[in-house]
Amino acid sequence: MSNWITKTAAELVDALAAGETTSVELTQAHLDRIAAVDGDATAGVHAFLHVDAEGALAQAAESDARRAAGETRHLLDGIPIAVKDVLATQGLPTTCGSKILEGWIPPYDATVVRKVKAAGLPILGKTNMDEFAMGSSTEHSAYGPTRNPWDQTRIPGGSGGGSAAAVAAFEAPLALGTDTGGSIRQPGAVTGTVGVKPTYGGVSRYGLVALANSLDQVGPVTRTVLDSALLHELIGGHDPLDSTSVNQPVGAFVEAARQGAAGDLAGLKVGVIKELAGDGWQPGVMTRFAETVELLTKLGAEVTEIACPSFVHAMAAYYLILPAECSSNLAKFDAMRYGLRVVPEGDPSAETVMRATRDAGFGDEVKRRIMIGTYALSSGYYEAYYGQAQKVRTLISRDFAAAFEQVDVLVSPTSPTTAFPLGEKLDDPLAMYLQDLATIPANLAGVPGISVPAGLADEDGLPVGFQVLAPALADDRLYRVGAAVEAALSATWGGILLNQAPALEGGSK
Amino acid sequence: MSQLSRDEVAHLADLARIDLDAAELDHLAPQLNVILEAVASISGVAGDDVPPMSHPMPLTNVFREDVVVPGLTAEQALSGAPEAEEQRFRVPRILGDEQ
Repeated sequence: MSNWITKTAAELVDALAAGETTSVELTQAHLDRIAAVDGDATAGVHAFLHVDAEGALAQAAESDARRAAGETRHLLDGIPIAVKDVLATQGLPTTCGSKILEGWIPPYDATVVRKVKAAGLPILGKTNMDEFAMGSSTEHSAYGPTRNPWDQTRIPGGSGGGSAAAVAAFEAPLALGTDTGGSIRQPGAVTGTVGVKPTYGGVSRYGLVALANSLDQVGPVTRTVLDSALLHELIGGHDPLDSTSVNQPVGAFVEAARQGAAGDLAGLKVGVIKELAGDGWQPGVMTRFAETVELLTKLGAEVTEIACPSFVHAMAAYYLILPAECSSNLAKFDAMRYGLRVVPEGDPSAETVMRATRDAGFGDEVKRRIMIGTYALSSGYYEAYYGQAQKVRTLISRDFAAAFEQVDVLVSPTSPTTAFPLGEKLDDPLAMYLQDLATIPANLAGVPGISVPAGLADEDGLPVGFQVLAPALADDRLYRVGAAVEAALSATWGGILLNQAPALEGGSK
Repeated sequence: MSQLSRDEVAHLADLARIDLDAAELDHLAPQLNVILEAVASISGVAGDDVPPMSHPMPLTNVFREDVVVPGLTAEQALSGAPEAEEQRFRVPRILGDEQ
């Protein structure tokens, strides 16, 4: 097994520049790794729903030809990447983990995919996810679950479990994910990877099959903070095709990550969110969190406790706003223009075809949320549910604003527990929803967040994530603080946390 | 908040245009009630003085120049259609028996 797969994207950038390897060699090494460990719905990591070996190798060959001719399009030109299956990819299947889109091949690229292709990154394939990004475990994929590379009897987080597992299993150095309530950060936490939810509007959502428009955000999934910064700088920026895209220059994230890695956080004010810890949180998670906070103090940061009293209502507000938006968004799956069409016997009308198709094409969790949304938006309940949820959103936003007047960043554990066993919460939607307790407030308010590995929990030896939140458009602070934490912890571990992951059957690391 | 009856869940499925069979109704109805009970805690949290927020940032209309640019070809637009005919989406009959 090639050792190229264990390198970070930044290391691969240097290796390509030094002529030590080629994009074709790197891409082939990752394709070999996928063939060895990814498996399928019944065994293996199952991070990928679709692998495009031919396309990736052709893109890699083009990258090598460019480099040989003395030109590159971007620092990451030639570095392979995996893409969550909720992003439209021209000519490549896009299913959103749902039967209703089985075999659908979009006629256009999402803006982030277009940017990645234009920069010369070979696309390895599409990664597994909870159906339409609804879930915290990737068990709601219609194509079978992804398994956590640290322990294949456990969940890889969700909904972006495929992207996180692909990066954690050394199948891809970089991946794109989407985060609606924590779907980049929570999988990052439970797989020992780095996941970033950028400021809302900081990365285009054009071509992202929407779950909830006011919450969804595309972002990077990587092994290191610097790699996330590199990818974020590439995919960020204004997009005229997305009316919610922020018209501001992309921040200097790579520079912030390099600064942070130098380890000086003198003068930085850090707030520990009082409401996101305590009873019900796994002791091993809290121990690693407390140590990481202590570490920030040693690096020169001033740490205080900050109260965000409305955060206790965030989950309820989220699980009203999200279903309301998704029930509306998923109305487009009507069996008329694309996707599955189930035709009942007899002389069916468009409406009966639509009903039969949606019953057959949507899984349980999607149906649950569509119906909650339909209820929350229905006459007589609108004010009590959806209207109240929108007001709570204002309160949460005010909590953030007040907190960021006192501190530069806020911190919490990313997820209340480490990866739980597959199947454990599948029939208990509420228990599943609680996984996103700490990540949801950022989506409601639109502020950016990062999850960086904080170590392994004592009781189960599984990865724990440390979350950093910053004010809107101050994503550079995530990279500064994230890189400082990563550098200090990596020094004690003798390398990044993923190096401690067990070898997978089918190939050593 | 009131509990949703099985009939009300069937009505919701009807509004959402999803055919649910009896087993699905039995399975989903109690789960919806648990979820609704949990989110009901939100009622009364914010008073009339708190404005609702639908979006993390103020939304404004975005306009572009009114110029003709290439779009998808008919072939591309129909490439994922379950059924197509004469460069159009072919759909089941739209009007029901009562119309």
